[in-house]
Amino acid sequence: MLWLATFIPFFAREASSVAPNVDALFLFETAVTVFFSALIFILMIVFAVKYRRRSPDEVPVQIHGNIPMELTWIIIPAIIVAVMFVWGAKLYILLARPPRDAVHVYIVGKQWMWKIQHPEGAEEIDMLHIPVGEPIECILTSQDVIHDFSVPAFRVKKDALPDRYTTVWFTADKVGRYPFYCDQYCGTFHSHMRGFVEVMRRSSYETWLAGQSTSGVSMPAEGAKLYQSFGCIQCHGTGKGPSWVGLWDSKVHLANGQVVVADGAYIRNHILDPRDWHVEGYPNIMPTFQGQITEEQIFDLIAYIKSLATTPGPQGVAVPPPAKNGASTTP
Amino acid sequence: MGTGNSIALSKPGEEYRVHYLNAKYGIKSWLLTTDHKRIAWLYFISTSFFFVIGGLAATFMRLNLVSPQGALVQPATYNKLFTMHGTIMIFFFLAPAVPTVLGNFLIPMMIGARDVAFPKLNLLSWYIFITAGATFLWCAISGGVATGWTFYTPLSSTYTNTHVISAAMAVFISGFSSILTGLNFIVTIHKMRAPGMTWFRLPLFIWALYATSIIFILAMPVIAITMALLVVERIFHVGIFDPALGGDPVLFQHLFWFFGHPEVYILILPSLGVISELIAAFSRRRVFGYEFVAFSSFAIAFISFLVWGHHMFVSGQSIYAGIFFSAMTMAVAIPSAVKVFNWIATLYKGSVALDAPMLYALGFIGLFTIGGLTGLYLASTGLDIFLHDTYFVVAHFHYIMVGGAIMGYMGGLHYWWPKMTGKRYPEHWARVAALIIFIGFNLTFGPQFILGVEGMPRRYATYPPKFQFLNIMSSAGASILAVGYLLPAIYLLWSIKYGPAAGPNPWGAKGLEWTTASPPPVHNFDVIPIVTEEAYAYGHEPAVVGSAAS
Ligand SMILES: [Cu+2]
Ligand SMILES: [Cu+2]
Repeated sequence: MLWLATFIPFFAREASSVAPNVDALFLFETAVTVFFSALIFILMIVFAVKYRRRSPDEVPVQIHGNIPMELTWIIIPAIIVAVMFVWGAKLYILLARPPRDAVHVYIVGKQWMWKIQHPEGAEEIDMLHIPVGEPIECILTSQDVIHDFSVPAFRVKKDALPDRYTTVWFTADKVGRYPFYCDQYCGTFHSHMRGFVEVMRRSSYETWLAGQSTSGVSMPAEGAKLYQSFGCIQCHGTGKGPSWVGLWDSKVHLANGQVVVADGAYIRNHILDPRDWHVEGYPNIMPTFQGQITEEQIFDLIAYIKSLATTPGPQGVAVPPPAKNGASTTP
Repeated sequence: MGTGNSIALSKPGEEYRVHYLNAKYGIKSWLLTTDHKRIAWLYFISTSFFFVIGGLAATFMRLNLVSPQGALVQPATYNKLFTMHGTIMIFFFLAPAVPTVLGNFLIPMMIGARDVAFPKLNLLSWYIFITAGATFLWCAISGGVATGWTFYTPLSSTYTNTHVISAAMAVFISGFSSILTGLNFIVTIHKMRAPGMTWFRLPLFIWALYATSIIFILAMPVIAITMALLVVERIFHVGIFDPALGGDPVLFQHLFWFFGHPEVYILILPSLGVISELIAAFSRRRVFGYEFVAFSSFAIAFISFLVWGHHMFVSGQSIYAGIFFSAMTMAVAIPSAVKVFNWIATLYKGSVALDAPMLYALGFIGLFTIGGLTGLYLASTGLDIFLHDTYFVVAHFHYIMVGGAIMGYMGGLHYWWPKMTGKRYPEHWARVAALIIFIGFNLTFGPQFILGVEGMPRRYATYPPKFQFLNIMSSAGASILAVGYLLPAIYLLWSIKYGPAAGPNPWGAKGLEWTTASPPPVHNFDVIPIVTEEAYAYGHEPAVVGSAAS
């Protein structure tokens, strides 16, 4: 009976706060599926046996239809699918709205690996270490084709698209190691594009973080360096361009009349396509950094700008606002 | 219709009769024919050929998946195999099979016409189809394409170095074949019906093909345009889909699935029509709730254009769009349920004969029910996030495509084979084959539902060892399924030469196609029939609409 153990229970393990909610809907739909499939098969078999043709020229009584019956099998399925729809939509909204205090992790998909950056500076490939019980929001993008970051044990996934940010969040609630996969076909080694989420206790997580060679420089600190080396400081630190202090999450008035929220996607767009995202009241002189800056570096700059938020950021990272001249916060 | 000028050709004891198969001989008489019945055979041979190629690709895939590292081929080859399997099965087998083989043969016969409205256009459709098929084969021979049948950008437009252009051109060309077929069918059904054949006397197969034809005309231009844009971007680097060129990567998915979901109904609607015919014939009953079954085809066709976003629940599209598409997708369940329950009600107090076509029909109803219900998991937005792009999806659509569409096609083929060839096949072998297909099918695709909830992603050439057991089960099932498909290939071909004569109406079924000889004369009917009764007028009791099932 060893083979039975391979798939009973066959579910991917439940290891996130939302997994039981998703599985409840799964079980409801499975109950509906089993009930109606069984009903149909049984009716078919019973009728096929009971009303089998007894003589070659048999002609049965003709029944043309029955409106009340038609209405019954229109209305009952309609009610059942309405329940599934509402239930599914509620989950969908829950899964689309990360908690405000979620810690951001930055993930770049590329043919054929996942590059992961932690705000503290740790970088990893095809592994994601996270603390248990804390909400994590992954900011996903891709350097080339469309990928998809999927963690079955957490019941979540989201496409990682080139030129765009998407997010997926979860709170892992069991310590352990859970596989993640690329779920969107992305070329030759699509099936190699997988790894593990290592869910750890806070203390072991911190030990792990400290042991990472890349942990010395946090993402905001890395961003602050880029702020200098890319020359952003020449305008954004002098008043020629808008200051980055307090920019995060604020409303930005664009020259074309649009008002946008300064989130990661806005910052990325502005760096790569400054003409289209030109801010009102400033000269339209910023050059594009398309082709000169990597997705990872943009993430560093976003983390830096986030650290300059005037209100304590959602992560509660207390970074002292630097002087107007943009002095580096690098330790 | 000449008679008796070549008596020597007839077998002793059989009266010689001129019909569409023996009226003319020679390859030219086939390749230049405008007879809808012969064109149906042209399609039968060519789509069967593609079914074999697509099936071989699937065979290699299943063999490869026996081992977690890939038992047979490198990932690059595996990716080409599943692309070939998907593209061939969808564009060159499933989409054309029922409409162009059974539809071509039966539409004029069922409505009491001598041919389709535009016989030459009908032949042209086949030549376009063959051109498209040859283009795809050329793509395969020159190295193949590895984008999946969905051709997602920017993988297809920029990153892959496989043969996207020829594959996209093949799909582009095949679209025109379907558009012309759809146009031909719509005009035929409107203008060529025999006197007395009113809309509500039409067999439900005709209603289903009419709905399918509408989708052909509305959806196929969209895929043709999308493929053309893809080719333009790939050759001239015009930024349409690749963000690196200034395009939008998700735009492709919107265009593709605006065609792609209606396409799913192109594949299944004709088979739904076939099943109505089979259920009526083998329970000797008018299909219960005829009008509801007829209009449910149109409801499905209409809603199918409003559900495309359910393929993009995890693509980052607006959650409100997601919720809208979820609601629309859920709505498709209702007309589908209407069909299933009406078929079941048709069996009630019927005169049920379990001949081979009926076995396929009953198998269809069961598997279509499972396929449809598992589709609801994927229509439920929050649950789809879990299952999207896993083997659960693969299992679900194979229940619809293989358990549904192909079962329906096989059932229809067995039902009308005596009409098409004038011969009967060995009934017991046919029943055995139907049973083997049913068992093999469930063993192949049942385990894939479990693989999906365990988290195995689709389109994986290699996989973690924990998925191996179920993959082996699935591959073992596939070998049974292959035997199931091989049997009909043997006994149907055998029957053409050695089968006993079928006679005009071997099943004792109603319908104009059964009133003429088998095989039918060149012009179908010696005298155009005048229709005085509704479809499936079994028995002589007056019709009592709305009476309770007593
Ligand atoms: Cu990938
Ligand atoms: Cu769809």
